[in-house]
Amino acid sequence: MANKTTNTAGTNKSAIDKLGGQKFIVLLVVIALFIFFCAMSPNFRKYTTIVNILDFSYYISLMAIGVAFPLMTGGVDLSIGTGLVCYSLVGGYLITHQGWPTAAAILVSILMGVLIGVLNGCLVAIMDLPAFLATLCTCMITRGLGSIIVGGFGISWPAAGTPGGWFRKIFKIQMNGTNIPIGFLWIILLVIVMTFVLNHTKVGRYTLAIGSNKEATKLSGVNVKFYHIFAYVICGFFAGLASISYAAIFATVQPGSGAGFELEAIGGAIIGGVSMTGGVGSITGTLAGVFVICLLKTGLPFIGLTANWQQIAIGFVLIAAVLVDILKRKSEGN
Amino acid sequence: MGEVILTMKDIDKSFPGVHALDHVDLEVRKGEVLALMGENGAGKSTLMKVLTGIYTKDSGTITYEGKEVEFHNTREAQDAGIVIVHQELNMLGHLTVAQNIFIGREFKKGIRIDDRKMNEEAKKLFDRMNIGIDPTETMSRLTVGKQQMCEIAKAISHDAKIIIFDEPSAALTETEIEELFKIIRDLKAKGLGIVYISHRMDEIKVITDRVTVMRDGTYVGTLITKDSTKDDIINMMVGRVIYEDPKTQNMVPKDAPVVLKVDHLNAGKLVQDVSFELHKGEILGFSGLMGAGRTETARALFGADPIDSGDIYIKGKKVTIKSPQDAVRCGIGYLSEDRKRYGIVVQKTVAENTTMASLENYMSGIFIDKKKEKEVADKYVESLATKTPSVDQLVVNLSGGNQQKVVIAKWLTRDCDILIFDEPTRGIDVGAKNEIYKLMNTLAEQGKAIIMISSEMTEILRMSDRIVVMCEGKKTGELDISEATQENIMNMATREIG
Repeated sequence: MANKTTNTAGTNKSAIDKLGGQKFIVLLVVIALFIFFCAMSPNFRKYTTIVNILDFSYYISLMAIGVAFPLMTGGVDLSIGTGLVCYSLVGGYLITHQGWPTAAAILVSILMGVLIGVLNGCLVAIMDLPAFLATLCTCMITRGLGSIIVGGFGISWPAAGTPGGWFRKIFKIQMNGTNIPIGFLWIILLVIVMTFVLNHTKVGRYTLAIGSNKEATKLSGVNVKFYHIFAYVICGFFAGLASISYAAIFATVQPGSGAGFELEAIGGAIIGGVSMTGGVGSITGTLAGVFVICLLKTGLPFIGLTANWQQIAIGFVLIAAVLVDILKRKSEGN
Repeated sequence: MGEVILTMKDIDKSFPGVHALDHVDLEVRKGEVLALMGENGAGKSTLMKVLTGIYTKDSGTITYEGKEVEFHNTREAQDAGIVIVHQELNMLGHLTVAQNIFIGREFKKGIRIDDRKMNEEAKKLFDRMNIGIDPTETMSRLTVGKQQMCEIAKAISHDAKIIIFDEPSAALTETEIEELFKIIRDLKAKGLGIVYISHRMDEIKVITDRVTVMRDGTYVGTLITKDSTKDDIINMMVGRVIYEDPKTQNMVPKDAPVVLKVDHLNAGKLVQDVSFELHKGEILGFSGLMGAGRTETARALFGADPIDSGDIYIKGKKVTIKSPQDAVRCGIGYLSEDRKRYGIVVQKTVAENTTMASLENYMSGIFIDKKKEKEVADKYVESLATKTPSVDQLVVNLSGGNQQKVVIAKWLTRDCDILIFDEPTRGIDVGAKNEIYKLMNTLAEQGKAIIMISSEMTEILRMSDRIVVMCEGKKTGELDISEATQENIMNMATREIG
């Protein structure tokens, strides 16, 4: 009897789930979008466009990998966008105005991300602030902080080819006059590492457990506060990494910018199957979700749609993604 | 004695798997207070829910003011004059007293809500009840007692002819209870019919005129309060049902060491000065009625709720337990009464739930050793006979009994010496119940010490070696199984508290 019920529950798992769930659909969407844009626009089919898309994808991907963790605990981190700009401004300022070596500035940028992550984590896990509110506050704080430190002016990290400009080669190298976007390899590597962290370490296990049932996890004797904070630290660390990729791709970092970046990252994670209510998600799906957003952002102008249309398109894709999540949970609830 | 205003006859109601009400009768008269009594799960609340339209009866008749009626929701019942004052107050804390009383039927002036009129009307109500509550006060700033008065005022404002009080005194202080009684007597004098659900024997004696007793979903009988004794009522509540194989003697060796000693534990209102000892290989039953503080004692002991004072000794050593982590480190495992909320992580697999409390044993370096995890999960699926297609199945897809086994496995992987089972068979069908019982007995034989909180008398008498009885946050008795009877347990569980 019990076996029968469990078996039918097993078959309830849709064919899609067997193929890897939502991330599989999203991967198909990415491929479909790519083919669609290639078919629609000859200009899209160029190597430079692909490099362009990848350039755009780095900082969003890194933020998305990071923010997937707070999302999977059932929280969110809204401070990553303005945080990214803040860390990148401070790092650049240290190099250009204080004569610091690039490596040291990179470390400082990443460290700042980690610290803001600790702050977010403590506010949420210890002080019990709603994640939305806590990180909205740190979002404002980082936005102001960056501008104050650099005095309101844009900052440029050293250009490629100049002393201290080596870090740009992490993401893009030139060979025989062609740009090679090797940053993507790093992203792939990080996706593999973080997938491993999510599925094979305590940090990942408890991140998901907190998201599905915090109280039961606590009553299992797990140090819930620590792991809850740790999810935000991972997020902050990746926001720090994202700040470096941002500085490497763009010539100038403007103070006051960055608001809204986090929404692209969060949107990517959710499209990729990370549940807004926590407990469910994957890093590979998150990356695929980010590419849906990047393709829409870069592709739509090629078929004559302006930036405003991109926003509308991304909005609808997000609604679809969240609906899929809700429908899935309802069917599981039965 | 007033005329009959409400007659419920042959009321029958079944839920899937449970015959909740089995041809129950009830009669309420004008100007009287009728006590409705029975053990947990006797069907009192279900009967009242049928009356007020929350549940639909399967058969039977309800005659109210001479006419046969059937209400489809509480609103209809309210409009007819039958109102429940709930145990948990349904108040909107941020609104004012008057706004709460008239919610859903606000006075209007054009399209605007007429707050002034509502305040005036509320004031009139309070004047009639002789209580001084400011209608413009924010609800959440009132004491629980005052909030209850507002609920009653709300009921009266519906022109109620019958008011049902569902354990109204549970959260009240002595003086508040006196005030409540004054109001009830007043309502009675005005010819209303009152149904008073309570476990407190002393209150029943003071305030009620008749007592109707229910047991296991059936009507047992009705007594005139002043002509009956507490023992009469208790005898009717517990009945003479022959329970299956109750334990007759304590199975624990006389010299079994004390594993856990709790000394004058205080935690909040529902754990007051609780002391007890737990021996190796013993099943210690915790009996009591709803709100007796048994779960609260367990949660405090497990570090889930803060402890105000008192000492805990494990194997003779004093320990400090401030969090579940501390408790787990001390070798305590807790199986919650609310599995879905506190026991299992439903969207995770059997294997992941099994190792939830002991993951450090299944690590190689910083990585989880999934092979080892699967092995241990398989081992417990086999030894506990958990029915699941594989350990990769999500726990949400298992039946209640099998979910409980997964939680048991979780604590066995930690090799806990002390296991707290809080309502271990709630929501579990009969066959699976027996399996859980067998399992608990085996664990006790293996030397685990078990605390079993249960609201089912059968379960207490069948499983326990000794029984601790609690009532309203205090320990009111301790019995060896050889001297325990339903009557003396119920007597302790309803002890008058001065």
